[in-house]
Amino acid sequence: MSTDNGIFYIRETEAERLPPPGRSTGVVYWLRANLFSSISNTILTIVTVLFLFWLLPLVYNFLIGKAVFTGTMDDCRVETFGACWVFVARRVNFMLYAFYPIDQYWRPNLVFFILLALVIPLLMPKVPFKLANLIAFLVVFPIVAFILLVGGVFGLEHVPTEKWGGLMLTLVISVVGVCGSFPIGILLALGRRSNLPIFKTLSILTIELWRAVPLITVLFMASVMLPLFVPQGFTVDKLLRAMIGVTIFYGAYMAETIRGGLQALPRGQYEAASALGLNYWKSMIFVVLPQALKFVIPGIVGNFISLVKDTSLVSIIGLFDLLNAINAAGSDAEWASPTKAFTGYAFAIGVFFVLCFSLSRYAKYMEDRLNTGHKR
Amino acid sequence: MAVDTAGRLAPQRTAFYNDPVIRGFLYQGLIILLVAGGAYWLVTNAIINLRAQGKTFGFDFLFNTAGFDIAFKLIPYNRTSTYFDVFKVGLLNTLLVALIGIALSTVLGFFLGISRLSKNWLVANIAAVYVELTRNIPLLLQLFIWYFAVLKAMPSVKQSLNLNNLFYLNGRGLFGPIPIFDEKFVWTFVAFVISLLLAYTVRRWAKLRLEATGKRFPVLITSVLIIVGLTGLVFLISGTQVGWNVPALSGFNFKGGFAAPPELTALVVGLSIYHATFIGENVRAGIQAVSHGQTEAAQSLGLKDNDRLRLVIIPQAMRVIIPPTTSEYLSLTKNSTLGASIAFPELASIFTGTALNQAGRAIEIVGMTMAVYLTFSLITSFLMNIYNARVALVER
Repeated sequence: MSTDNGIFYIRETEAERLPPPGRSTGVVYWLRANLFSSISNTILTIVTVLFLFWLLPLVYNFLIGKAVFTGTMDDCRVETFGACWVFVARRVNFMLYAFYPIDQYWRPNLVFFILLALVIPLLMPKVPFKLANLIAFLVVFPIVAFILLVGGVFGLEHVPTEKWGGLMLTLVISVVGVCGSFPIGILLALGRRSNLPIFKTLSILTIELWRAVPLITVLFMASVMLPLFVPQGFTVDKLLRAMIGVTIFYGAYMAETIRGGLQALPRGQYEAASALGLNYWKSMIFVVLPQALKFVIPGIVGNFISLVKDTSLVSIIGLFDLLNAINAAGSDAEWASPTKAFTGYAFAIGVFFVLCFSLSRYAKYMEDRLNTGHKR
Repeated sequence: MAVDTAGRLAPQRTAFYNDPVIRGFLYQGLIILLVAGGAYWLVTNAIINLRAQGKTFGFDFLFNTAGFDIAFKLIPYNRTSTYFDVFKVGLLNTLLVALIGIALSTVLGFFLGISRLSKNWLVANIAAVYVELTRNIPLLLQLFIWYFAVLKAMPSVKQSLNLNNLFYLNGRGLFGPIPIFDEKFVWTFVAFVISLLLAYTVRRWAKLRLEATGKRFPVLITSVLIIVGLTGLVFLISGTQVGWNVPALSGFNFKGGFAAPPELTALVVGLSIYHATFIGENVRAGIQAVSHGQTEAAQSLGLKDNDRLRLVIIPQAMRVIIPPTTSEYLSLTKNSTLGASIAFPELASIFTGTALNQAGRAIEIVGMTMAVYLTFSLITSFLMNIYNARVALVER
């Protein structure tokens, strides 16, 4: 081998061999990369592990280790810090139904199972008959549920809403709020995007007014101010007033979420719908809304989660929702025990967490499913 | 079919009721009639109802004696004070809770957001569990837990939890020391202000010099030295005595220092912990929103790690973090009304609750409360619009 000027270089001995790269699999590598990658990281890990060693036994002992599962309330009147599950077990009916007549429990139960039977297939993308399912849920179900819960017809005993309570009431307000706020939100969002100045102004005023005030003032308004604005001798049920308040309040939030979707949709879609000769409502229902709503499913479910959590506020105007029922269930001296309050709240945490966490997981699942863009 | 001189089809005449412009007017006229009619109906009902109950509409009741006491107040108030005083006490308490809550939740939120992005698996996952747990549980339930299950279950005054004989925690609340300054402290304060101005001047000078010559100047260390040094020096020279008003057990309760009732502590802790979650998620989203290309671009420009964060990453992340965080502050302020459920005397609790029950002026009182929160909301969105206009991306 040679070049014109005679300068060249050939390595004649083999280069020193480098050591093989470190392991990039296995437990040791994982620990090293994720927990002990640097000195500061190691210190952080040790502090965190110590914290967990303090926290986890505390939680375990409270929930299971030192908890009282069987026996009477007397077994709970000890000074160990353990949950008194006896209290929950003995008062669970009150926490679920409050003052609903015991022999009529099958009615809320039946409504609950119909709800599950309608909602679960609706949420599963692969199950067919979505439209029929939706109509059954939005039109047929409310009527059936109303008849079953209120009664007074078909030989069913009449149960006034003052007797409703517990988890059942929380779910009733949640479902009514979710089903009511969604169409209100769509109408307000469309109004805010309208070209007609009066619709636009009215929608903006409504949305901003409701979003600016706290839900509690809305509930106060519904419970003390609303009766002044209806004709004399005409009373609106207290529960209904609270439901109206919650529904309109979340309708305004829903409107802003949906408006985000409407704005994210390219103009071409609106123009294409007009070019096809569709009128306003047809272009909205068949072209714009299906795409716009798809964009904001996470936001919509986020609103639903807030709504479910905020139903607990109705206890402030004296309705017996789950929280109020739990507070009331232990107010009797008969149930006195050092850990009663904690136990009741642990039960409530469980219920709300299961409800809200599953909703948020579902939102995440739908988001991933509908996200057809490129991921980094 | 009509054809004009250029040979084009003349536009088809549509019936006037199909003309979109006329339809628009028609629909809008209809909605105005509906809204006006509805408003008229509501107002007449209200007038009839008020007359039937022998009440009038007006704000003169604000100057009547309220006649009830309030447990926690920042301004002088007693049983002989008026409803307007109740309003002021409530408003101040609301603002107090909101300010402390905003400060605490911001600190905790930034800490959480950074923890969730930590390279340490354990830290990131604990932060994630914390976030999922707090944001899926109603705030009211969390307040109940803090108030009824934790703070109300604290030991009695005699058996208070004691931290260094300075802080005491018991069923009646949290007690701690407050500093007392003598009159010479004014000089220290003046020195502090002057040192702040000096530090600012140094910063400006350093920036101008950097732009002119490219030479760097350690601004941060100099500023800290100026502020701490000057203030400390004046503090020592002026011979200021700082006393501490330490709470001490006298009789059945603690005297001296500050006393935060359990209602206030529970509300502030509950609100901060709950809203920190959402602020933490905003921070995480903001940092993740700065694309990796920005980091690479900064590195290829030769910026050091510190400068890369300070000049490239953080300014862009803040643009994403600040707007949702501001609305989180607003919702924290609105959620302070949940104090009503644990008997903390804020606006919704004493004014919309107690005062309304006594005076029976539903329309006026609910209206005033709503106006207060509407004002908060308008101020926030006004500030937000200014900020957004300042930081908006400049595009073609």
